[in-house]
Amino acid sequence: MVGFRGIIAVIGLLAFPALAPAARAQTAEQPPDTMEARLLGCAPCHGAAGEGTNNAYFPRLAGKPSGYLANQLIAFRNGRRRYPPMNYLLSYLSEDYLVLMANYYAGQTPPLPAPAVPDVSRDMLAHGTRLIDQGDYNRGIPACSSCHGPSLTGMEPAIPGLLGLRAAYISAQLGGWRYGTRTAPAPDCMQVVAGHMTEDDVKAVAAVLAARPAPPDPSPVPKGSFVLPFPCGSQPQ
Amino acid sequence: MTAMATLARTALAAASALLLATGALAQPKPPAAKPPADAALIAKGEYLARAGDCIACHTKPEGALFAGGRPMLTPFGTLHTSNITPDSDTGIGKWTADQFYAMMHTGRFPDGGLLYPAMPFASYTKVTREDSDAIYAYLRSIPAVRQSNRPHDLSFPYNNRSLILGWRTLFFSEGEYKPDPKQSEEWNRGAYLVEGLGHCGMCHTAINALGGSSESQAFQGGLIPMQNWYAPSLTSNREAGLGDWSLEEIGDYLKKGVSTRGAVYGPMAEVVYNSLQYMTDADIRAMAIYLKSLAQGSPPAPATTRLPSSESSLLLTLGKSIYDRDCASCHGAQGLGKVPHYPPLAGNQSIQMSSAVNAIRMVLNGGFPPSTGGNPTPYGMPPFAQSLSDDEVAAVVTYIRTAWGNRGAAVSAREANTLRSAPLD
Repeated sequence: MVGFRGIIAVIGLLAFPALAPAARAQTAEQPPDTMEARLLGCAPCHGAAGEGTNNAYFPRLAGKPSGYLANQLIAFRNGRRRYPPMNYLLSYLSEDYLVLMANYYAGQTPPLPAPAVPDVSRDMLAHGTRLIDQGDYNRGIPACSSCHGPSLTGMEPAIPGLLGLRAAYISAQLGGWRYGTRTAPAPDCMQVVAGHMTEDDVKAVAAVLAARPAPPDPSPVPKGSFVLPFPCGSQPQ
Repeated sequence: MTAMATLARTALAAASALLLATGALAQPKPPAAKPPADAALIAKGEYLARAGDCIACHTKPEGALFAGGRPMLTPFGTLHTSNITPDSDTGIGKWTADQFYAMMHTGRFPDGGLLYPAMPFASYTKVTREDSDAIYAYLRSIPAVRQSNRPHDLSFPYNNRSLILGWRTLFFSEGEYKPDPKQSEEWNRGAYLVEGLGHCGMCHTAINALGGSSESQAFQGGLIPMQNWYAPSLTSNREAGLGDWSLEEIGDYLKKGVSTRGAVYGPMAEVVYNSLQYMTDADIRAMAIYLKSLAQGSPPAPATTRLPSSESSLLLTLGKSIYDRDCASCHGAQGLGKVPHYPPLAGNQSIQMSSAVNAIRMVLNGGFPPSTGGNPTPYGMPPFAQSLSDDEVAAVVTYIRTAWGNRGAAVSAREANTLRSAPLD
């Protein structure tokens, strides 16, 4: 039966030679079978390897833990995380494909950008540094490093590194957590932490994070490298 | 992950429903297990529910399957979709198969109340009793979810349901699909699916100011209200008429979301993602045969531009330079694309239509075709809203609409600008 159909197809090609070039063109002119080619649509804002672009509000994706990236892609697809251009692009993509995308960007290792020159006062810098490395116990703010890692490079599978991002982006995200426009599955640890922060805290932390130089190894630490100070829905322990 | 979360939520909801039930002392509990419906019937119903794309409206993102609660923006206000799980208080658990059929067929609730025509009963009326019963059996088999329907949020005077009577008089004709004896069985199957469960006419027929579409204009295309995408005519080969597409090309387009003639984006990507990719090859072929037959063979009309020719020629020069810089690496200097993943632009009907809305939106917003069984990892087109000015968008769209023998008309920067604020969801 298959053979019979095959013969018909061959006869068809012979009978209509005009169709043959089109059929050939179809097999010859194919885009590369790579994730990079599939994700060209993401490159204008995030860079071809997820290294980020000049626009401070579009984050670097490269080298973030794949679980974190997958959580974000799924949240954008489902509309939990709101940014209309992202919601639109991902609406009809399967979870399997979003995980492949996350793995692709997680595996990229372009160098981190040069640290930013902070544009806040010395006091603010000191305040931001204290919050990042020590937190503020009395106000219920743990050190950023207690979850995001001693070098702030994140922890597998789902806690993001905080380096290589611009202050505008960090501050917009912390603002989103504070006002409840950015959420994650319960217990939503970042919402709790950001809810305890003031606008000045956010400004100080964002400025210091954007200015912090990259450690020699910018990759996230393995899963279970340390115990989180409290439970987090995105990173089941 | 999502499915797991949904399951967990469903289990929780079921558990709390159980607690409520045991809490009510004297209340005799409804029988826990319904008589098991025929598995084949349920499977058929699930398939038909896919063909009807029920999930797109009756399931909220991250919400329980068919528990409703999804807000639907309409020009008349916001409708909130209903819970169609078998929960007896908040869903349709108390409905009989007769009542379910009556709702599909007549657009009335069991108590006689009128459904808003956002529920496509004007199409579903064509569904046979047998198919309605299968869908009913399937909806009885899914987990019951206790979630009350949210009242609609419609502005005056549309919050008055009796207005629907007027709408029905104008736009609703009740009746199951009547096979055309002059046509083949496949054609009739295709027509039944396209006109009935597929409710393709909901978008591909122009909607007038009263929110209705008249049968005489069936499948002639129109702008989709609120979404600002243009649903092209299925009858005109100048638009999405499929007269000169092969059945294979139509089938690929519907089921995989990509074809050698073009790919689906925007609202049609939703339809392929949630519904068409699950149709059998036989049903896709039947729909393709019917859709192809709708097309009225007409040669492409010569373009008539609304712009002065001096302006058009400036646009073209600028447009070509933008095209060569930003587009040609994927779509080719001659607009041939790398099919099916980078769609061809030369000869692509959707680019030359009199409405330039879709072409402009693709340049502004980019897009991915849907993930489907036949194309699980689609290639995405970048958005250019940030990098191109209104003039540049108009120029490059004018160029692709007129280069390589394409016969579209020039577009203005103003048209491009208007669509920058088009909703993206």
